[in-house]
Amino acid sequence: MPYVPHSPEETREMLEVIGVNSVDDLFAEIPIELRPKSFNLPKGMSEMAVLEKMEKIAARNTTNLTSFLGAGFYDHFIPTAVDALISRSEFYTAYTPYQPEASQGTLQAIFEYQTAMARLLDLPYANASVYDGGTALYEATLMAVRKTKRRKIIVSEALNPIYRVMLDSYTTNLNLELITVPHNHGRTNIKSLTAIIDKDTAAVIVQNPNFFGSVNDFTDLFTTVHEHKAIAIMSTYPVLQSVLKTPGQMGADIAVAEGQSIGQPLSFGGPYLGVMTCSKALVRQMPGRMAGRTEDGEGKTGYVLTLQAREQHIRRQKATSNICSNQALCALRTLIHLCLLGEEGMRRTAGLSIERAHYAADRLTSIDGVELFTKGPFGNEFAVTLPVNAFEVIDKLTERGIIPGFPLGRYYEGLENGLLIACTEKTTEEQIGIFAEILRGTL
Amino acid sequence: MKTVFKKSVPGREGVWPEKPKSKIEDFIPADMLRESSGMPSLSELDVVRHFTKLSMKNFGVDSNFYPLGSCTMKYNPKFTEQVAALPGFARLHPVISQLKGAGRHCQGALEVVFETERMLSELCGMADFTMHPMAGAHGELTGVMLIAAYHRDKGNKKTKIICPDSAHGTNPASAAIAGYDVVSVESHDGIITPEALAEVLDDEVAAVMMTCPNTLGLFETHLPEIVKMIHEKDALLYYDGANMNAIMGKMRVGDAGFDVVHLNLHKTLATPHGGGGPGSGPVGVCEKLTPFLPISRVKKLEDGQYYLDYDAPKSIGYVAPFYGNFGVYLKAYAYMLRLGREGLTRATENAVLSANYMRKRLEDDYEIPYNRICMHEFVASAVKQAKNGVRALDVAKALLDKGHHAPTIYFPQIVKECMMFEPTETESKETLDQFLDDMIEIARLSDSDPDFIKNAPTTLSVSRLDETKAARDMVITDDIE
Amino acid sequence: MIPQELLYAKSHEWLKVEGENGTIGITHFAQEQLGDLTFIELPSVGDVLEAGDEFGSIESVKAASEVYMPVACEVTEVNESLEDAPEKANDDPYGEGWLIKVKITGPTDDLLDAAAYQAVTEEDAH
Repeated sequence: MPYVPHSPEETREMLEVIGVNSVDDLFAEIPIELRPKSFNLPKGMSEMAVLEKMEKIAARNTTNLTSFLGAGFYDHFIPTAVDALISRSEFYTAYTPYQPEASQGTLQAIFEYQTAMARLLDLPYANASVYDGGTALYEATLMAVRKTKRRKIIVSEALNPIYRVMLDSYTTNLNLELITVPHNHGRTNIKSLTAIIDKDTAAVIVQNPNFFGSVNDFTDLFTTVHEHKAIAIMSTYPVLQSVLKTPGQMGADIAVAEGQSIGQPLSFGGPYLGVMTCSKALVRQMPGRMAGRTEDGEGKTGYVLTLQAREQHIRRQKATSNICSNQALCALRTLIHLCLLGEEGMRRTAGLSIERAHYAADRLTSIDGVELFTKGPFGNEFAVTLPVNAFEVIDKLTERGIIPGFPLGRYYEGLENGLLIACTEKTTEEQIGIFAEILRGTL
Repeated sequence: MKTVFKKSVPGREGVWPEKPKSKIEDFIPADMLRESSGMPSLSELDVVRHFTKLSMKNFGVDSNFYPLGSCTMKYNPKFTEQVAALPGFARLHPVISQLKGAGRHCQGALEVVFETERMLSELCGMADFTMHPMAGAHGELTGVMLIAAYHRDKGNKKTKIICPDSAHGTNPASAAIAGYDVVSVESHDGIITPEALAEVLDDEVAAVMMTCPNTLGLFETHLPEIVKMIHEKDALLYYDGANMNAIMGKMRVGDAGFDVVHLNLHKTLATPHGGGGPGSGPVGVCEKLTPFLPISRVKKLEDGQYYLDYDAPKSIGYVAPFYGNFGVYLKAYAYMLRLGREGLTRATENAVLSANYMRKRLEDDYEIPYNRICMHEFVASAVKQAKNGVRALDVAKALLDKGHHAPTIYFPQIVKECMMFEPTETESKETLDQFLDDMIEIARLSDSDPDFIKNAPTTLSVSRLDETKAARDMVITDDIE
Repeated sequence: MIPQELLYAKSHEWLKVEGENGTIGITHFAQEQLGDLTFIELPSVGDVLEAGDEFGSIESVKAASEVYMPVACEVTEVNESLEDAPEKANDDPYGEGWLIKVKITGPTDDLLDAAAYQAVTEEDAH
């Protein structure tokens, strides 16, 4: 049997030490009526056969299309050294660093990741990551509810709808009032958001750039949030955060992000990581792990998991969250990716992505009937309206080797002709040109 | 070792893309931009050496025996890494399957989701599975949300969830975060008795969360009666799959009467733990709970084509942005294919064999509070050693000096000076013997030279760290003084 | 180790009564059980609480515990120095490590005297 080393002789010796006759005797306590009624799994296969089968399955996915899909999940270049370093099994076969002396590698890496996230989002505290951006947003919401002891949450409709549906599911049993403020032609409706903040408001949740790609400054909105002693929560796109005005500068109390775009392959939806950062006043409400710096008996610097008294293994039902893991390996990928690109590399990545998106916007809106949906500055993603249904256009162009973007009608009623288009530094001007010409021919 | 930020040399070139032709200010007003984000400037070799050196300060399963109880630190076969890295999987954008006509471009991925759900359903005897939950605790939360949806749909007014005192801390935490009051049931001689359960089981109980074998490694021998009692109250029975490695092929939780189960694929099905994640926590349900499973579901047409079904009016909705940690459960799927039904059964048999062998060999030198046939793990106690001032923590640290990872300590909380060992099936007898010899030597040294044990570890990059200082100072980034 | 002049709650808080004013802290036994304290969360001045209400929480590295009001009262002062130096509640639980000062508004009849509390700690130590 693969991966089971005991020889028949060794098994016999071990059974003898235990004082039973057979392996079956070890399972005698399982009553007959609890034994499996069936166990029709297939027979095992050789490693070669499994690899062949999986390669065949993988080949049934098409990944050679030119894609303008984003919607919060972006295909950025990942330096080769990320995979090389992550393949160190001391990292990927370790468990949670509960024995700090034997886990300094993981712990220092988490500490460095926290530092990187705190700097990128420009808030002083960061945790070691949670499952994904949607979970980070939901946990941020609960932080605000605990801190303010209020139950009203104001959400911008220009927040990624994938996160909005997650918030809906998670809060079903929690007696929270979720109020969604409609977008205004793809702009976050700051005026309407500001108008409904009151003394019962726990949090206001906005996103920058918003789902339509539009870049905002929420400073004034957050001032109003604070006048009502509510919590300002901002969801961000971490690649662009290397150039955009920061959540910290705007006065956000909690900033979160989907970390996928820095170092994680798209991998059909996961594993990714949820980035969480917050102000000092909220740090004890923040769920998840944190690595902290300390010293050993000789004064040597070392790192440990800290503030664990908030967590489920001590607090049980009174814990700040039930989360008891972080996306450690994903966080490490993000950290290594950031280190390899560095300050200049990240700025260039953001700059190229924004430049290509503006080139694409120019090319596409030169086609009759294609118009920019959202006014004002945008980053690497923008929405257009087509003269026809976007679902149909996507269907036709996919056939020609191009996924032209995400259909806004999927989440926004009335925007059936809307198409959300993303570019990264991997998108070439040539690809954009071909896309524009094919689209022109299709319409 | 300096942090990577302290090694930064301004101007040093990393893995940079080409320079953009225009300035960002050409597109976005300058007052909506920031100055430096404080990322380091390093060469590729700087980065490679920094992280290689960091990795050398870690214990991992490939380098060290890792008998961490309740964590199932088995060997992770290398070929599964190659499977997850196949470009056909790694480069697939998750929303592609939601586009009209694009389903044909991700048939392979949908097949993986569908087939993994079928295999897990058969492994556990459940009607169906969802792959969406992204970790074990996330599976628990999803499971409790399913339970809540079931009762809401039936018009049941249920407010409580019962967890044994030996339960993983995540069980009560998940129940509480889903909006339930948590009630504890005391174990007797290590297990739950019908009498103890009867004292707390009333009409307001929505579910009972159990694991079997429990966290003491003991089989819940009253299970059939407990199942009956719970179902009579129209409460549901939840199975915490953390201990699934003990029962593959020997018991199926669905057959045994459990209504909901989550699995920790990084435990039982050999996906790497990654230093704390990413995990994958799929949830299985019995027939009556299937309408409530999260959106979306992968369905198969008669012609063999797969598609995503969003039509589920009773569903609890979305617990993940897409279909869970695909890149993780892909490895579990490949592992199941490799082992097949005999291999998985054999894994369980050998996990239980090794645990009992260890228990037996330690019984003269350490207190074993429930010294009878255990399943895949067992609990020992350092109470004998504690008389000389050597506590479970000290034994754990001494093991690190011997090159072994420590067992789980001080859990479950109901055993004093608790040490929980789980060897897994993949460790050889020589490895177990070396570890056991070292444990016995530590017990002897606890008598003859307790200070030696209390000063451990002395061979690692740091000695014992001051956790109180860390918690009081809260220095969690390089920028906090 | 158990001062004679104070009143005690079974949940290990002490109350010093001075007319209608009171001072509340945790006992030596409580701090010893928790170990080195790392954080103490306290209520706000002006909070009105009933006997038995949770009024804060205390954390060490490995444990966390809520603290409960021994008596109905209004909070008049909190020991802000504990924010930076929670160890005071370890080193001097009946002195510098006091938690809050209050105006007592309810009866103290249910509280224990030193001897009765001594019995509670002996029971809990087992």
